[in-house]
Amino acid sequence: MSLIHASAAQLLTQLESGEITSVELTKACLAQIDVADKQVGAFLKVMSESALEQAESVDTRRKKGEKLGRLAGVPVAIKDLLCTKGETTTCASKMLENFVPPYDATVIAKLKAADAVLIGKTNMDEFAMGGSTENSALGVTRNPWDLKCVPGGSSGGAAACLAASMAPLSIGTDTGGSIRQPASFCGVVGLKPTYGVVSRFGLIAFASSLDQIGPMARTAEDAAILLEAIAGYDPHDSTSANVKTPAYSQSVKQPLKGLRLGVVKEHFGDGLDSEVEQATREAINVYKSLGATVTDVSLPHSKYGIAVYYIIAPSEASSNLARFDGAHYGHRTNEAAMLEQLAQERAALEAAGDEVGLAKLDTSLVRMYRQSRAEGFGPEVKRRIMLGTYTLSAGYYDAYYLKALKVRRLIRQDYDAAFKDVDLVIGPTAPTPSFAAGTKTDDPLSMYLGDLYTVTANLAGIGGISIPCGFSKAGLPIGLQLQGPPLAEERLLQAAHMFQTATDWHQRRPELS
Amino acid sequence: MSLSQDDVKKVSLLSRLLLTEEELTTMTEQMSDIVGYVEQLNELDTTDVEPMAHAVEQFNVFAADERAPSLSRDEALANAPKRDDECFRVPAVLGE
Repeated sequence: MSLIHASAAQLLTQLESGEITSVELTKACLAQIDVADKQVGAFLKVMSESALEQAESVDTRRKKGEKLGRLAGVPVAIKDLLCTKGETTTCASKMLENFVPPYDATVIAKLKAADAVLIGKTNMDEFAMGGSTENSALGVTRNPWDLKCVPGGSSGGAAACLAASMAPLSIGTDTGGSIRQPASFCGVVGLKPTYGVVSRFGLIAFASSLDQIGPMARTAEDAAILLEAIAGYDPHDSTSANVKTPAYSQSVKQPLKGLRLGVVKEHFGDGLDSEVEQATREAINVYKSLGATVTDVSLPHSKYGIAVYYIIAPSEASSNLARFDGAHYGHRTNEAAMLEQLAQERAALEAAGDEVGLAKLDTSLVRMYRQSRAEGFGPEVKRRIMLGTYTLSAGYYDAYYLKALKVRRLIRQDYDAAFKDVDLVIGPTAPTPSFAAGTKTDDPLSMYLGDLYTVTANLAGIGGISIPCGFSKAGLPIGLQLQGPPLAEERLLQAAHMFQTATDWHQRRPELS
Repeated sequence: MSLSQDDVKKVSLLSRLLLTEEELTTMTEQMSDIVGYVEQLNELDTTDVEPMAHAVEQFNVFAADERAPSLSRDEALANAPKRDDECFRVPAVLGE
């Protein structure tokens, strides 16, 4: 198998034995990016120079017999919302187009310590808000399986670069499905760990109680290898889980005996595409043939997941994104033009003798904030900031935000009850395969409903994984989702690996011309 | 519930955003749609349910009161849109 299609596990073995060098591997990935990324657009920035330097350094140290990190020499792509010291980190937003972080996110520091080769920064929906990567202000990403279609989102570049064999491993983030849904759309593996398993320090925050960083790869084993490298308690993130990191890369290959799977009734209702349903049912049969017992479970409040999410996530976002004010970093409007405009507005109000209008007129500082943010943020980000500000504002807090927090607990209790009887729950990752670009951009609510099966895991704080389980007649990948109780990442990965020993969906690659 | 353009205008000030007339119209429609959708939560009786603000139950986490390295002033100011040697520069706040 050629270098670019190989799994990280195979590559690590070949690197260790000296069969290949990291420079050869990195060059192969860069060459593939050169060819394929003109069509796919997965990367916002390719870090060719520093990647080759890292690769050379790993090769040199390996020759000297030095002890190397667990990802030594393997290229990893980074979603462009993890602070990377000295490298632009944009969140695919004009607001941060020129932002150069002065420090590394913990995940970046861990990847560097593991001697991974950081190959580039991948495209995403602006500030991770979206499900198609069409909200990126800085680039267009397409699905490698069909270039007319979206890669999913928000980690669209992260998923597309794996599908198009531009990197063997990539880092995504998931606030409502942003790892799992693009993994499903692009036919790759994406794991959203339990909240707290991976440190969020240096992750540019969207919704802090929901955001989680996770591994994306082409196989469950590779996802396990990557998770092991990035997981762990971090004193810089007081919400990170203070638990010992399991040896995911070792346990992943042990099959689960007597696995009890619960089929989520509510995930097979209205809106589910028939081809997705069929592929999911066949995948459940694969588990039966592997000895799993399958029962129906109910998550009665899951149908409220989207409503709860679109109160809580925007509320947290409106607060988190208040930091982008044009004062400390990020985009600032042209000040002279802004002051000139304000002076004209004042003169017009004075001429009209409009005392009320004058009293309401922005101060120059407030106008600087407003104008900078109006120019720096795209429509979806504005919409969510506005929604969150509304649901948190006086008179609406109890009706919306507090109500959503209460239903959030009911959603969690549904899962707790289900996991008394089953080890994992199973169902489709997304209601449909990928869709043509431009078909949902005018209707935000229809885009939001694509998160129906994923969003409840974020609300409950539990882990979920998407793995390829088939293709539509049109040739688009379909994803299977497994979710587990808190801190059951080993079980999720083992179950995913079991499936991949019995199927070959994950080995198919798109043909790019 | 449907929002008025005035509601949306007020929220845009609270959000420190500035909307064009066209954006105001679209935003009013879209926010009304979304708020209308989330109101389905009112079907549920949540009287005795404890709100869940976080995915994991939080305990207060104390950091040791020790000096640790942090950013230098120059590093902290490096991304400022406008600065002098010591400070971030913003439009005058006083004297308007």
